[in-house]
Amino acid sequence: MVPTLAGVVLLIFLLFKLFGGDPAQILAGQVASQEQIDAIRRELGLDQPWYAQLWIFVREIVTFDWGKSWMTREQVSSIFLTRLPATLTITIPILLLEAALAIPTAMLVAYYRGTLLDRTVVAICVAAMSVSFLVYIIVGQYVFGFQLGWFPVQGWSDSFWKNLVTYAPLPIVLAALVGLAPQTRLYRSFFLDETKSDYVRTARAKGLSEPAILRKHVLRNALVPVVTNISLLVPGVFVGSFLLEIFFSIPGLGREIFLAVNRSDYPVIQAVTIYVSVLTMLINLAADVLYTFVDPRIELR
Amino acid sequence: MAAVLDVTPENAWTALWHRLQQDRVGAVSLGIVVAYLVMILFAAAGWLARGWSVEVGVPYANPAFLGDRPNLEASLARRFEQKGKVPDLRDVDPLAPKYDEWARRTAELKSTEPERSMTLPWGGDRWGRDVLAKAIKGSQVSIAVGVVAALCATFIGTLLGALAGFYGRWVSDFLEWVYNVFTSIPAILLIFTLAAVLRSGPLAALFASGIWTVVIILAVTGWTGMYRLVRAEYMKHREREYVLAAQAIGASAASRMFVHILPNVSHVILVQLSLLVVAFIKVEVILSFLGLGVPVDMVSWGTMLSEAQTELIIGKWWQLAAATVFMAIFLTAFSMLTDSLRDALDPKLR
Repeated sequence: MVPTLAGVVLLIFLLFKLFGGDPAQILAGQVASQEQIDAIRRELGLDQPWYAQLWIFVREIVTFDWGKSWMTREQVSSIFLTRLPATLTITIPILLLEAALAIPTAMLVAYYRGTLLDRTVVAICVAAMSVSFLVYIIVGQYVFGFQLGWFPVQGWSDSFWKNLVTYAPLPIVLAALVGLAPQTRLYRSFFLDETKSDYVRTARAKGLSEPAILRKHVLRNALVPVVTNISLLVPGVFVGSFLLEIFFSIPGLGREIFLAVNRSDYPVIQAVTIYVSVLTMLINLAADVLYTFVDPRIELR
Repeated sequence: MAAVLDVTPENAWTALWHRLQQDRVGAVSLGIVVAYLVMILFAAAGWLARGWSVEVGVPYANPAFLGDRPNLEASLARRFEQKGKVPDLRDVDPLAPKYDEWARRTAELKSTEPERSMTLPWGGDRWGRDVLAKAIKGSQVSIAVGVVAALCATFIGTLLGALAGFYGRWVSDFLEWVYNVFTSIPAILLIFTLAAVLRSGPLAALFASGIWTVVIILAVTGWTGMYRLVRAEYMKHREREYVLAAQAIGASAASRMFVHILPNVSHVILVQLSLLVVAFIKVEVILSFLGLGVPVDMVSWGTMLSEAQTELIIGKWWQLAAATVFMAIFLTAFSMLTDSLRDALDPKLR
């Protein structure tokens, strides 16, 4: 993990160093005197050799001291604390709702495998996955927010409960419904893999009813890959909802980094990328460790 | 005996063709995909949708089948044109002496106002451009971006995967490290980082027009899955007898890698390539919607959707419908074709 982390830092540094614009030019703007540019270069350490600049970059990461955003003059370190709660308010319910909807649907479809219901659901899933997420948001926002007026079209407040009850439901439901199609398809294949195994044949041979086989035997074993898949989705809670945040004006981390890209606000992009990558690595590591408890057949090496 | 010798084994790709023909869903999907490819070739050659950027209709022209629908925006625009006489400011305007010169120069230029039609086959957008032509041109751009980016990602992934799988040892260790680095950054953050760097950096001017910015972004973020698959295949094939035999007769490492092994793993690459095309088209649509994709003088499904968002609020749904339907049909057909391809190429199902 340490070499990977070093690689991530090096990659981000090189990308901005080799292909990025000159920070002094971006900061000083179109009309700037050479002295102003030189002053900024000195302040940012851009007049030093590349290894010194890399060291400055590493020090910024370790000390959480990135200075201020170039464009909004907000402390970069405070962006995480102020933006993350809004993001998590919608992403964690999405994750839970998706799992709660997809697992029973997939089990039902797997139970009726090969029938018209099964094939219809799979066909609907493929077609639903071919429509862009954008279309679901645009139409959903228009129909439920604008036409029917069931939810506010967009907005956010300072109160967590008001957000969760008033502003978050529409984006949460839209995202969960969109995530339903691919997850149902995937989980269906997990269930079907298990129904072909020997213990299912044994259970059938001893006369167990089909629903009992599914519930008692197949579900438990199929949950192992399902849990793995969900743990792969967990890192998405940080920036995975950027489209929803942009559409519904939710002041979250994803929207912030999108705005930073449009403003060429390098420190914000670098900080968010590095820290979210670190968080992703830690979550994956934790998932690997937890995994050995869930499935005793697996050993950590 | 002679009869036995006559049975030459079927070529893998002819076998694939035969199996695809037996698969009805696959055949229909293939037909749709080929139809799209013909359409975008025609569009690229300029035989189709050449005038997508010409304002042929009134603003928000109605679709032909809804000709009677009131079009408030168009009548408003026309009223402005008729009443839009500039009030006489000659007494107060400091630029008044220039009026005569301007009038003369305006007279020199000949501008023709084309006859704008009230209805278009599938309606018009805000500037009165034909939505159907835009959808066809947009298909060309979106599919081209998806296919070109997928080919680039496949090239990177296959080359690195082949090197890592074939040589093993430190080459493999190094490339595994690169792979881990690229996969531990969430894809969307890598995309955003690349977009920020490419739009403000020294390369910005180079890629300002055309589809290359978005192609590079997609290829650099999307090669990892292909690398993993190809590496695993090469590790498996490296020790196979046909490769050892090739080595024994003096085939070089490069020849073994790309002449002997590559054709034998090409089916894995082909399936993964098709999956990449679908994924990349979806991402391109989102990037273009956000203004990070194709430049503003081009049209793609994503830029159409970004216009459609505001149009929907005033009830002009046809651009949204056109982009969605064109995209959904292509992606459904292409996904189905990929599934059929995977089944047809799976040796276990033969």
